[in-house]
Amino acid sequence: MNTLVKVLKYQSKDAARSRWLIAYAAFFMLVSEVLLRFSSDPMKVQLSLVSVVLFLVPLVSIVFGTVYLCNAREFIELLLAQPINRRQMYGGLYLGLTLPLVLAFVCGLGTPFLFHGSDAPAYGTLAWLLTAGVVLTCVFTAVASLIAIRCEDRLRGLGAAIGVWMLLTVVYDGFVLFVLAAFSSHPLERATLGLMMANPIDIARVSLLLRFDGAAMMGYTGAVFLDFFGKGYGMALTAAALALWVLLPLTFGMRAFERKDF
Amino acid sequence: MTEPLVRITHLAKAFGSLPVLRSIDLAVRPGRVMAIVGPNGAGKTTLIKSLLGLTHPDAGEIWFGGSGVRGDEAYRARIGYMPQIARYPENLTGAELLAMLKDLRGEGARLDEELIELLDLESALAQPLRVLSGGTRQKVNAVMAFLFSPELLVLDEPTAGLDPLSSRILKDKILAAKASGRTFIVTSHIMNELEELADDVAFMLDGRALFVGTLAELKRITCQKTLERAIATMMRRGVLTEAA
Repeated sequence: MNTLVKVLKYQSKDAARSRWLIAYAAFFMLVSEVLLRFSSDPMKVQLSLVSVVLFLVPLVSIVFGTVYLCNAREFIELLLAQPINRRQMYGGLYLGLTLPLVLAFVCGLGTPFLFHGSDAPAYGTLAWLLTAGVVLTCVFTAVASLIAIRCEDRLRGLGAAIGVWMLLTVVYDGFVLFVLAAFSSHPLERATLGLMMANPIDIARVSLLLRFDGAAMMGYTGAVFLDFFGKGYGMALTAAALALWVLLPLTFGMRAFERKDF
Repeated sequence: MTEPLVRITHLAKAFGSLPVLRSIDLAVRPGRVMAIVGPNGAGKTTLIKSLLGLTHPDAGEIWFGGSGVRGDEAYRARIGYMPQIARYPENLTGAELLAMLKDLRGEGARLDEELIELLDLESALAQPLRVLSGGTRQKVNAVMAFLFSPELLVLDEPTAGLDPLSSRILKDKILAAKASGRTFIVTSHIMNELEELADDVAFMLDGRALFVGTLAELKRITCQKTLERAIATMMRRGVLTEAA
């Protein structure tokens, strides 16, 4: 455990000073500040921010994560030559990458809301928005770590990272739409729910929109979703699906890391 | 004869279908400098990385101080490593990097920071590693290898990229550490340098250790006066045996 914390400490110190990360935080700060100036309703601002978060957080987490860890190869070699355990080191590398990203996101997006001030319900939805962003960061840095360990070549790693992101953001939605269109004569509410659960970005999107009374716009499917996500077991299932999206890549990454030849 | 500090038996490693190490046997005795010599791609770096646990061998055993290293990590506290390529977290300063290593290794080791002063690194350590020149990073590398006064120092191309003065300082440091009983494994392509430093030589070609023994013995069996000529002779012979 000790080693994990030490690796985390120095690696996050390094990552936090990266210009890309500072730009990332500044971007979120700028967008929420500008939106807050244009609209007096913080809820509406947050609703606009939902799409930005769902688009940008996975992209930046996976691309920055992969490139950062690929670049850290010689550093990882140096660490491995020290008397430390590979498992703990992997944990330290993952957290050292994730924490600065989480911090940049939360501070960047949250700060303008604090300055402008809002009412209690708006803080509630803000908390949901921030949580969704944090969870997505954790998921996509876990995938990034796996890619970075498996790819020898930086460019291939970058390609794989963008590929996974495209798959989950664009291709998957196309696939869902196709399924919905092809089986439009069948009741598909439950099937859609299942499909949503397989994609972390979709889970985040649906659970967020439901917090913003967006369910009303989604017709009967929306009602089914609202029913599902509002219930205890629905929430538990969502949390479990997201946890799996963090733990699976982490486990595979850890196993690959333990066996890898540097 | 003293018990060897490092003993390697039948070590083999292949990357995919490409064999890099083919049954290597060698022993490094304490208080001596072992030079690993051979052309590019002979398997020198893979051998070193196996010793450090960076690479997992397919077969064979590595013993350090009498016990097998497989599945162990504590033995690495007794080794200092100077890698070939020095690229570190670019936003950290050299001082932070050293602090991290001290943190990771914990208390107990006697710190040897003499090289910081000798190589005049004080001011460079305060800057982020990304702004340092290749040679300066190599100096930071050398400091890290000696930092914990380890029993064994593994130096992969230690003087590559160093100016003559720094190179001289580093070599003197190696000789002084050897005199105080430290053991070294050094790779280099500069034979004159190894001639000065090495007691023993392991000559590698195509993943095999074709010769392991003292420098004097190598010169004797090749009938040559310098290490450079002796190695050249070995390489020619090696090529001939390959062809036969």
